[in-house]
Amino acid sequence: MRIFDPHIHMTSRTTDDYEAMYAAGVRAVVEPSFWLGQPRTSPASFFDYFDSLLGWEPFRAAQYGIAHHCTLALNPKEAGDPRCTPVLDALPRYLLKDNVVAVGEIGYDSMTPAEDTALAAQLQMAADQGLPALVHTPHRDKLAGLRRTLDVVRESALPVERVLIDHLNETTVKEAKDSGAWLGFSVYPDTKMDEERMVALLRAYGPEQVLVNSAADWGKSDPLKTRKVADLMLAEGFTEDDVDRVLWRNPVAFYGLSGRLNLDVTAPEATHEGNSILRGQPRDAPTPDTADAAGA
Amino acid sequence: MTRPHAAPAGPDADTIGRPAAPGDGTTPAVTPPADLRRHLASRLDGAARAWFDQAVDEATTHPGTHGPISVWELRLAEAGRRCGPEHADAARVLILHAARADAEALTRVYHQGTADERRAVLHALPHLVPGPEALPLVEDALRTNDTRLVAAALGPYGARHLDAHAWRHAVLKCLFTGVAVDLVADLARRARGDAELARMLGDHAAERTAAGRTVPEDLHRVLALTEAAPAQGAAGPDVPHGKES
Repeated sequence: MRIFDPHIHMTSRTTDDYEAMYAAGVRAVVEPSFWLGQPRTSPASFFDYFDSLLGWEPFRAAQYGIAHHCTLALNPKEAGDPRCTPVLDALPRYLLKDNVVAVGEIGYDSMTPAEDTALAAQLQMAADQGLPALVHTPHRDKLAGLRRTLDVVRESALPVERVLIDHLNETTVKEAKDSGAWLGFSVYPDTKMDEERMVALLRAYGPEQVLVNSAADWGKSDPLKTRKVADLMLAEGFTEDDVDRVLWRNPVAFYGLSGRLNLDVTAPEATHEGNSILRGQPRDAPTPDTADAAGA
Repeated sequence: MTRPHAAPAGPDADTIGRPAAPGDGTTPAVTPPADLRRHLASRLDGAARAWFDQAVDEATTHPGTHGPISVWELRLAEAGRRCGPEHADAARVLILHAARADAEALTRVYHQGTADERRAVLHALPHLVPGPEALPLVEDALRTNDTRLVAAALGPYGARHLDAHAWRHAVLKCLFTGVAVDLVADLARRARGDAELARMLGDHAAERTAAGRTVPEDLHRVLALTEAAPAQGAAGPDVPHGKES
């Protein structure tokens, strides 16, 4: 089974997670930029984060056999903070980068005028750069948020067919599907969707343009939720082809709209079999010990 | 999708392999740009070749800074998806060369670049910067744990300009992080007669042995190099090829 997690925040996860994800069949991920739990106070803090998503994190992922791409944006939570909004000025330069496969996550948090401005500006950037957009729906007042989101998308230069609406659920799936957008579902341990409800929605609405993600981050979340949904789909009578469609071909098709998706994992050629991350090797392992290297 | 090439090293992996020659022996930091361009042009398919030729022409005609982003900087960013990842380093080095990027421009695009772009800047340094003014970029790359950046930092430019202390630590870092020392430019010349490097290597070997770990074969190879008679000024920077009197 091959799995593409189209929304996961690997910056917050450990190498154990990468290892477990590879074992579960995950071969590709997209990491949307988002907030880090702790509000940032300057654009420079964003730029270091973007650099990490364009450098260190794909390097880490490659060592575990996983292709890593990212989406970049000023996220909705911080779009209302005037200390952070200058990020919008620098964003076009970042969106040019090879590994950027969409603008995102953008959308609404509290539905403020500042969020309106940031959402519209970033949809325009996506249109300008030939990128699709990952638009999340708010956690609070979700249905109203979805409607307002779809209105802004329709008014934008970006066709709705190039938009993935994420964090959908039973109350928002129908209107999102009717809009023509791609449909994203985040499966969490307690909140958002769970495996059983996900499979029920797949049965009710079909697998077309549906993407399932773990959205795993620094909160209570599970990077193997994609595999768990796949297993339940099979147990509930979906075919292998259905699973491959939802968990591989749909994300490949959506992010492939960027023209930048490269699913070959390139070995960090300088390392050969060694690497700078697999610390704490078994005693007899010939891999160089790097426990001290991180402090270098 | 087939199994990726980069599965993590298992306990039975051969740690210190010889470097696969990047591409087929043409390394962007060492090969003269004219040869590199001829070599790359023969390997790009039609669309990539046309894109690349235009990118080099644009960089040649419009170097320097203009507008919110210079066209050659834009081409630098997209070189990976246009030429394919296996040709991206060479393409980027050639675009930088065509744009006659100086230390100031290289510093800007390094800091604004992805890891791939930063690596290309490091490869371009020996072609474009005669003096030590771009050394901070080498030092920045050596602070990372991205082995591709560490290896690129130890190309001909780093070999020429790093002082003895920084260079020794960089060599040791290669042994720590699994960068094959064959990728270190000018290794034999700089290591020759370097008693301090020999001491550091010996201590590192002792530490690994005390922990019940194997000592990388590369460590013994570098140690052997240190035992050769010192060339005049060999341990210091700015002595390319040891030809200074």
